[in-house]
Amino acid sequence: MLTLENVSFEVQAEKGQKEIIQNINLTINGHKFVVITGPNGGGKSTLAKLIAGIERPSSGRIYFDGIDITDMNITDRANMGISFAFQQPVRFKGVQVLDLIRLAAKKNLSPVEACQYLSEVGLCAKDYINREVNSSLSGGELKRIEIATVLARGTKMSVFDEPEAGIDLWSFQNLIQVFERMRRTTNGSILIISHQERILNIADEIVVIADGKISKQGPKDEILPGLLGTASAIDTCEKFNLGGDRA
Amino acid sequence: MIDQIQQRILEEVADLHEVPAGAYNIRANGAMAGRNTTANIDIVSKEGVSGIDIRIQPGTRQESVHIPVVLSKSGVKDLVYNDFYIGNDSDVVIVAGCGIHNGGDQDSQHDGIHRFYVGKNARVKYVEKHYGEGDGNGKRILNPVTEVYMEEGSTMEMEMIQIKGVDSTNRTTLADLAAGARMIVRERLLTHGDQQAISGYTVNLNGDDSSADVVSRSVAKDTSFQRFDSQIVGNARCSGHTECDAIIMDDARILAVPGLEANNIDAALIHEAAIGKIAGEQIVKLMTLGLTEEEAEAQIVNGFLK
Repeated sequence: MLTLENVSFEVQAEKGQKEIIQNINLTINGHKFVVITGPNGGGKSTLAKLIAGIERPSSGRIYFDGIDITDMNITDRANMGISFAFQQPVRFKGVQVLDLIRLAAKKNLSPVEACQYLSEVGLCAKDYINREVNSSLSGGELKRIEIATVLARGTKMSVFDEPEAGIDLWSFQNLIQVFERMRRTTNGSILIISHQERILNIADEIVVIADGKISKQGPKDEILPGLLGTASAIDTCEKFNLGGDRA
Repeated sequence: MIDQIQQRILEEVADLHEVPAGAYNIRANGAMAGRNTTANIDIVSKEGVSGIDIRIQPGTRQESVHIPVVLSKSGVKDLVYNDFYIGNDSDVVIVAGCGIHNGGDQDSQHDGIHRFYVGKNARVKYVEKHYGEGDGNGKRILNPVTEVYMEEGSTMEMEMIQIKGVDSTNRTTLADLAAGARMIVRERLLTHGDQQAISGYTVNLNGDDSSADVVSRSVAKDTSFQRFDSQIVGNARCSGHTECDAIIMDDARILAVPGLEANNIDAALIHEAAIGKIAGEQIVKLMTLGLTEEEAEAQIVNGFLK
């Protein structure tokens, strides 16, 4: 269980301090599939980074399984069972996909075992296992590998920061199936930041964040109808027609 | 004749855990410590100067030659001339390498001058590893000179590795390629402490359709210094590519000087050089997998030099 208690995050702006996250209180129970949505610039990614320890709150506390992790670093939180998939996955020259999955799993997986995680994210494993995680991979491929590293960790809490960002629509259609399957099979909690209606549609709970605050929160059936047609829950085709995110 | 320290160094520089199969010549502290020749590969000591001639018969295939050098005494200064005559149409692996264990206060130095005469359509894979260890104050110094003369249609693939413990290196590599010859160089270098490593290549593409690909990946730590000079000269219809990709850490310094010279309108030459520190987001990503900052850094460096 993850609890955020009065969490705020400020950054230095041109005119004094700017509050990116304002006094957020949020609890994510075990085995829940929670989607955070809301307008761009509302503080969603910052919230995810605060959970992973990449950013530290200016005030407030964060608890994971009853332990105060506010002052813990990224490594300690990761080892406690928090995983984080980057919105823009990092590239590494020379490091092979197999290396990265082994590091994630924290064991010397055989190539066959590692391939299972790649297959789960829809990559033909044998084509990828020895590839370097460098600029020869497309955005969609990198994104899947990023998700595979989170699967390989198999932790109690997995946070995905906008899995749809930076990939083409066709790739995303397939990725949704990955999350749908994860929804059915995982033993932990999943927190996804997303604008995609199909992701919102498989949520147990939806949290809407705007201007650094939670504007709505509740079960999917309660929240989703009010979001449909807004930028917080956009249908992929509609987005395509609007000319957005076709990269 | 080989003691435990020497055995360990042989493992480091030539992956030799036992006496190698095939031809070999092991040199320890300036003297021959073992030699084997085969029907196709002959090794003969030079007269007048230190060193050996390695003669590989035309058409020799799937054979290897190991010529490791070990210095385990402090204060040894070793200069050798090794000449390789690689027969036409042969396909061989040559593993050289030099390891220095210097536990004393005097400098130990090995300067190997290697000349390769690669016959027509021959293929050579050459692996050269440098390694140093020992806690004495004496420096461990290696200054290899490599000259490669490639005949028509030959291929030379060179893997040059220096990962640890060599205080000072000045490597010079010179190659002349005839028509259709192909040279591939992969250099990997890590310097730490106050080490200095200089690596210079001059590759002359003299024949039509010759090509060269000279790539260095290096990491400089602490206060070490590296200089990479890579000069590709296109004198014919040819293609050449050189690349230096370096990670800089701590207070190290790196100088990359890629150079291209085209003396023919059909010479197509490219150079790339990039130097930068480890990206913070790479460290953060590995930390989210549970690695500490130090472990993350080590993984990134290992991967980069793999």
